[in-house]
Amino acid sequence: MSQYQENATIIRFEQLTDTNIRLTLQTEEIAAAAKPGQFVMIRTGKSKDPLLRRPFSIHQTSSSGRIQILFKVTGRGTALLAHCKEGETLSVFGPLGHGFHIDPAKAACLIGGGMGVAPMLFLAKRICQMKKDTDTDLIILGGRNRSEIEPLLADFHFLDIGVMVATDDGSYGRHGLVTDVMKTISLPDNCTVYTCGPHLMMKEVFRQCRKKKIECQVSVESVMACGMGACLGCNMVAKNSRYVHVCSDGPVFNAEDLEWNL
Amino acid sequence: MEFVEDRDPFPDLRVKIGTLELQNPVLTASGTFGYAREFANLVNLYRLGGVVVKGISLFPRPGNPPPRIIETSCGMLNAIGLENVGVDRFITEKMPYLLGIDTPVIVNILGDSIEEYKHLTEKLTVVPGVSAIEVNISCPNVKKGGVAFGSDPDMAAAVTSVVKENTHLPVIVKLSPNVTDISQIAWAVQQAGADAVSLINTLVGMAVDLKTKRPRLANIIGGLSGPAIKPVALRMVYQVARSVSIPVIGIGGIETAEDALEFMLAGATAVQIGTANFINPRASEEVVEGITDYVIREKLHSVREMIGALDTE
Repeated sequence: MSQYQENATIIRFEQLTDTNIRLTLQTEEIAAAAKPGQFVMIRTGKSKDPLLRRPFSIHQTSSSGRIQILFKVTGRGTALLAHCKEGETLSVFGPLGHGFHIDPAKAACLIGGGMGVAPMLFLAKRICQMKKDTDTDLIILGGRNRSEIEPLLADFHFLDIGVMVATDDGSYGRHGLVTDVMKTISLPDNCTVYTCGPHLMMKEVFRQCRKKKIECQVSVESVMACGMGACLGCNMVAKNSRYVHVCSDGPVFNAEDLEWNL
Repeated sequence: MEFVEDRDPFPDLRVKIGTLELQNPVLTASGTFGYAREFANLVNLYRLGGVVVKGISLFPRPGNPPPRIIETSCGMLNAIGLENVGVDRFITEKMPYLLGIDTPVIVNILGDSIEEYKHLTEKLTVVPGVSAIEVNISCPNVKKGGVAFGSDPDMAAAVTSVVKENTHLPVIVKLSPNVTDISQIAWAVQQAGADAVSLINTLVGMAVDLKTKRPRLANIIGGLSGPAIKPVALRMVYQVARSVSIPVIGIGGIETAEDALEFMLAGATAVQIGTANFINPRASEEVVEGITDYVIREKLHSVREMIGALDTE
């Protein structure tokens, strides 16, 4: 597995909402090597403060050597990124971590909530490339409201997989949570659920999967320093009270392997 | 016969740590470079002066619960809790790779008691490919009420002696900055036979979340590293270098060749790159390149001219 450190030019900066931003970056080697579910570490500026890179899952890649990331401004690092401009460069390091495991013989259900929608697009595109028939596949996306979710949908609608949407305030799609939508559908037995989103959402997705004995892969997040297994700072509790490291063992795990305190 | 210009394009960057000869003064700091393999496709390992691998204990340690790290102004706090695979698995799983990287491997060891340091040394000293031992004395001595070995000159000396008695390898003692007088500790370990000292380990610190009214680290306190600690590290290296005659290895916030050379002026014979590896995985090799350029540009006979050359007049 090869990783690259690239000075990536910002090709496009899109302010999707007050707090949500989509960046398109020219990163030839990373774009070519990336797999769905992997992430990159980005330096948010040139100074020593903030010191550490920030992890972002890859939203999608293009054959023209670009990657996209999607993020919400939540702290100092993302606030700095929110002020970058097209044409400027950012130091991008990746692709990192283990991504989703795709079995083309199985049906797929992708469930993304909030910024957890980010890795789902890359995954859905790869699934469409790998499978002849995606009739039994499904994507469920959730957000707070219409303005959060609507700008992200165009890319998904290009794909040959059905998309269902839920919003917390009912301003778009179904009123409620993605996990409410999940309850209303019957997933095929031979199905893998892929999910990314807030912890409580993923916990509920896994609870439903476990009840139906359906495989569930989760993409989790953590504070990280290095993103490559050196600092050991991103541990989380796995089954049998063992620790795993999000950057090198994940960020995608089989949900069964983690501790959810269900 | 063809005329060959009699000038070596490769400047002399060699330094000596005890009997260990390094091709250049740049090492990686323990706990920031994994077991080197993690960096193999980003760094030409053979170009480094050496690598210091993640601290090893007699038995595997799971480390602390999350969150283990938090960013602070120009630095970071960590409370990893010395997570490591233990010496036996280190020898069987990590050493075979390290044996082939063609750069000296320095193994960092840590223990809860003098006996643990002794057993670790006995096991590692016979392992092919181990070039030196770096002794982390910042750990609490369980038998002495948890006081850190490194905070007491007698205990620091006792650990140093037991390691020295059980190995022919150069022994580097890594000093804790969380003491009243670091020179006193450095003197004590020198008298106990240490071949070199490395400093500084992290400074104990803490961060608080006002919103949740909780500490930001599960362990409550952690070790501060990064550019924020560089002035403190430089001062301590300067003081220690003036009070001992063994080589001093400078550590603390070094990101660039300029940083490294400043430590050498202050008295360091070599340096270790730590937190910078997390931000720029190529930092250590870039420091080597930068020092090379400096020595050529300044027309130095060797990088050793820099050691302790600080002008305080």
